[in-house]
Amino acid sequence: MKFGILVNEGPFTHQASDSAYQFVKAALDKGHEVLRVFFYHDGVNNGNKLSEPQADDRNLIKLWGELAKEHKIDLVVCIAAALRRGIKDDILADGFRISGLGQLVEVGIAADRLVTFGD
Amino acid sequence: MEDEFEGTFDTEGVIKKFMFVNRKAPYGTIYALESLETVLISAAFEQDTSVAFVDDGVYQLKKGQDTTGINMKNFSPTYRALEGYDVEKLYVEKESLEARGLTEDDLVVDVEVLSAEELSELMDEQDVVLSA
Repeated sequence: MKFGILVNEGPFTHQASDSAYQFVKAALDKGHEVLRVFFYHDGVNNGNKLSEPQADDRNLIKLWGELAKEHKIDLVVCIAAALRRGIKDDILADGFRISGLGQLVEVGIAADRLVTFGD
Repeated sequence: MEDEFEGTFDTEGVIKKFMFVNRKAPYGTIYALESLETVLISAAFEQDTSVAFVDDGVYQLKKGQDTTGINMKNFSPTYRALEGYDVEKLYVEKESLEARGLTEDDLVVDVEVLSAEELSELMDEQDVVLSA
C-alpha cells in the first residue's frame, strides 16, 4: 500500500511525531511504500537542525533524516507554517525540504491512505 | 533533494473526496486558521472538497466575532469566500451546535446540519479525511 503521512505536532512536547516515525518504520518493514511525510502546524519544528536533545534522549530530527536517507523518503516542511515559526533553509535539518501545502494535497491524491498524526 | 521529488506523482485528472474536519475553536490555537489554508489549496487542486464542523469547531462559523481584545485577526470572513473557490459542501454537526446553544442562524455561511450518525456516514465515503 502507498501511504502519505501528515505530522501536525513538533517533536518532544507531543508524541505525534514519534508515533509517525514508528508507523513509517513499521510500514516500510512490512513492504509498504511511504510516498511523502508532510509536516504542518508545529510539525515543521521536526525539521529544525538547531534542536539539541539531551544525550540520553532520542533525537527525532536526526532519526527522520536518517530514515529519509536510507529509504529515500520525501520529508516536506510546509513553507507558510515554517516561516511563521522561524524555520528556514539555513536551519533546515538534513533530509528535509521546504515546499507548499500543495505537496500535502498532492500526496493525499496519490496515496492509498493519508494518515494524520496529531492531537 | 528538491528536484529529486518535485512533481513525482502523477495526479493528473484524479479527483478524490477530501473532507476537512474542524474540531477546535477559532482562537486559542492556530489549528483552525492553518487548516483553512489547506482547504483552499485542496479546492485549487480541483478536488471534491467538503468541510465539517464539530465540537468547538462550530464556533469557527459564529457570526459577530470580535477579536480586537485579543489582538488576533478575525478570519471568519474567509469562510464566506469558500463559495468562490467552489467549496460549497459545508456540514455542521447538529449535536455540537445544540450543545453550545447555537442554531444555523448564528452562522456566517449556509451549511447543512447533519446528525453525528449522518456525518459519520459521510466521512465513511471520503477518500481523505484531514482533522484538526
